Amino acid sequence: MEAFTKLTGLVAPLDRSNVDTDAIIPKQFLKSIKRTGFGPNLFDEWRYLDHGEPGMDNSTRPLNPDFVLNQPRYEGAEILLARTNFGCGSSREHAPWALLDYGFRCVIAPSFADIFFNNCFKNGILPIVLEEKIVDRLFAEAAANEGYRLTVDLEAETITLPDGDVINFDVEPDRKHSLYHGLDDIGITLQQADAIATYEERRRKQVPWLFND
Amino acid sequence: MAGKTLYDKLWDDHLVAENPDGSALIYIDRQLLHEVTSPQAFEGLRLADRKPRRIDANLATPDHNVPTTSRAQGIDDPVSRIQVNTLDANCTEYGITEFTMSDTRQGIVHVVGPEQGYTLPGITMVCGDSHTATHGAFGTLAFGIGTSEVEHVLATQCLRQKKMKNMLVKVDGKLGHGVTAKDIVLAVIGKTGTAGGSGHAIEFAGSAIMDLSMEARMTICNMAIEAGARVGMVAVDQKTIDYVKGRPFAPKGEDWDAAVAAWQDLHSDPDAEFDTVVELRAEDIEPQVTWGTSPEMVVPVSARVPDPAAETNLIKKEGMDRALAYMGLKANMAVGDIPLDRVFIGSCTNSRIEDLREAAEVARGRQVADSIKQAMVVPGSGLVKAQAEAEGLDKIFLEAGFEWREPGCSMCLAMNADRLEPGEHCASTSNRNFEGRQGQGGRTHLVSPAMAAAAAVHGRFVDIRDLEPVQEH
Ligand code: SF4
Repeated sequence: MEAFTKLTGLVAPLDRSNVDTDAIIPKQFLKSIKRTGFGPNLFDEWRYLDHGEPGMDNSTRPLNPDFVLNQPRYEGAEILLARTNFGCGSSREHAPWALLDYGFRCVIAPSFADIFFNNCFKNGILPIVLEEKIVDRLFAEAAANEGYRLTVDLEAETITLPDGDVINFDVEPDRKHSLYHGLDDIGITLQQADAIATYEERRRKQVPWLFND
Repeated sequence: MAGKTLYDKLWDDHLVAENPDGSALIYIDRQLLHEVTSPQAFEGLRLADRKPRRIDANLATPDHNVPTTSRAQGIDDPVSRIQVNTLDANCTEYGITEFTMSDTRQGIVHVVGPEQGYTLPGITMVCGDSHTATHGAFGTLAFGIGTSEVEHVLATQCLRQKKMKNMLVKVDGKLGHGVTAKDIVLAVIGKTGTAGGSGHAIEFAGSAIMDLSMEARMTICNMAIEAGARVGMVAVDQKTIDYVKGRPFAPKGEDWDAAVAAWQDLHSDPDAEFDTVVELRAEDIEPQVTWGTSPEMVVPVSARVPDPAAETNLIKKEGMDRALAYMGLKANMAVGDIPLDRVFIGSCTNSRIEDLREAAEVARGRQVADSIKQAMVVPGSGLVKAQAEAEGLDKIFLEAGFEWREPGCSMCLAMNADRLEPGEHCASTSNRNFEGRQGQGGRTHLVSPAMAAAAAVHGRFVDIRDLEPVQEH
């Protein structure tokens, strides 16, 4: 996983609440057995005017000019600004894979669905929860200023606005540590192999019917 | 000190380590695998040169991509075929038990787990699927995870977790005739909203819940995720134990007696404290129908489609406007006037034998309306299908003009060939009415199995409570 330290990136505002993972990456693309290549199909049903299927040449498909990411001013955006309950619905990790593959490294919203939030951290994406009032302000500023960029500093847990204002955010220490150093969670857990083995032995005695090896 | 909730007990019982940074390592007793969220996990293991820690703690079956028409020819869609073949190959390589597409035990993971007694009270269970909450009906700590976590569980048999908050959803009283578990859970979501349970483990309790069968409890826990919660649970009682007894993976003999003794404590203590409490009266719950593109956009069948003009919250109002436009509906129209094109009875919410019995009861002696292009019944597993056929339910459906299919997720998410055409309305017993969920441009209305069957025969939504009995002849 790529580490996330500090990012200054263009902001794209997606002004809808309850954006579900089916919308982020529609099911027909979940048939892939890879982790990459989902970017061109991020928000597929909103982004294109035709119906997308795996294997299509996305560069020749008709774009929906009304969809925010299709506006030239948001090309190359790395920070997605979103509304409440972003990432609700299915647990598909294809959703953060698609966001990452498209180029997003950070999503800011007033709230996230739990599984999606968790999945982001496993893939080098920083989801930031901010108060609704602050998110409203960012939406207004992003809309009013072309080329609106924010600087997200994970170490300091701050977002710096173009006018120099600084907003603080919180991130849980263990998640921060993994993301900041780009660590593999399994590797971290395996450092506790002794504790796992001890627990497992006890469990095997307590509930032998769960062990069929 | 206050007593413990059911969730507290399950959590404490599976705690491997508490880390200084505030996270915890919890032990996972069993994992379910399906073809969509596992290939990258197995690939990850291979790339890191790791092996599954406990082969016996995994059970696999393909469900999302499988065709619901005859299996004899295999899968037409080459991309779906690769995914299902990949699951088969991974399970063979590692020696993981799999019910393959041609096995009668194959089905939707959340139907298969309980049916096989693989789901047991007091265990932790995960699956790369958000509806894993279903298994909480057994006093099981069960939740959906992403693919990285599937890999993590394969490699370590553990997960790094933060403890969630406790939420109690209490439904007391007696349900009205024709009102089902699906209506309860839709009514709950209507009340809490789809983010109401975020960060919480929900326990469903109260006399109306404990009066329900195990299958109905599964329907309720299944949709905890639509209330924003990863976990939905019901305390263990005699019904739970009776349901599990004798199933293939359930403990036997002395183990069984020890297990039953251990399960007696799987309920919240009387003095346990919950962070959030929601209460409903069963008598107040009517059959529910969703009108919009989020499960919280739900009304009683007797009501009208809400008017965004009456909504004061601007963001909510815009969401409602957008939903009405997508659904092609008008504010204030009667639910009974919503046009319908197709009917889908199935999914991990409502494809168990009781669901099919309820739907068949309505279909018996009636005919699917001419205006309905297709009404399909998709059993949750091969065993549910066989049971339904033994009871003659397939005949009832077929005579009424329904299609009778092979088991799988089917039109719940339309990853296989079963899907809506753009603009079509569907009365569906599944759990999500998101835009495009059942096919691009498709319009989903979530209802109970009986309501779906009644909608099929009338060609529109009717109040199941008003349905006249069919004359015997
Ligand atoms: S039936 Fe639907 S909700 Fe359930 S596991 Fe399958 S796709 Fe997911």
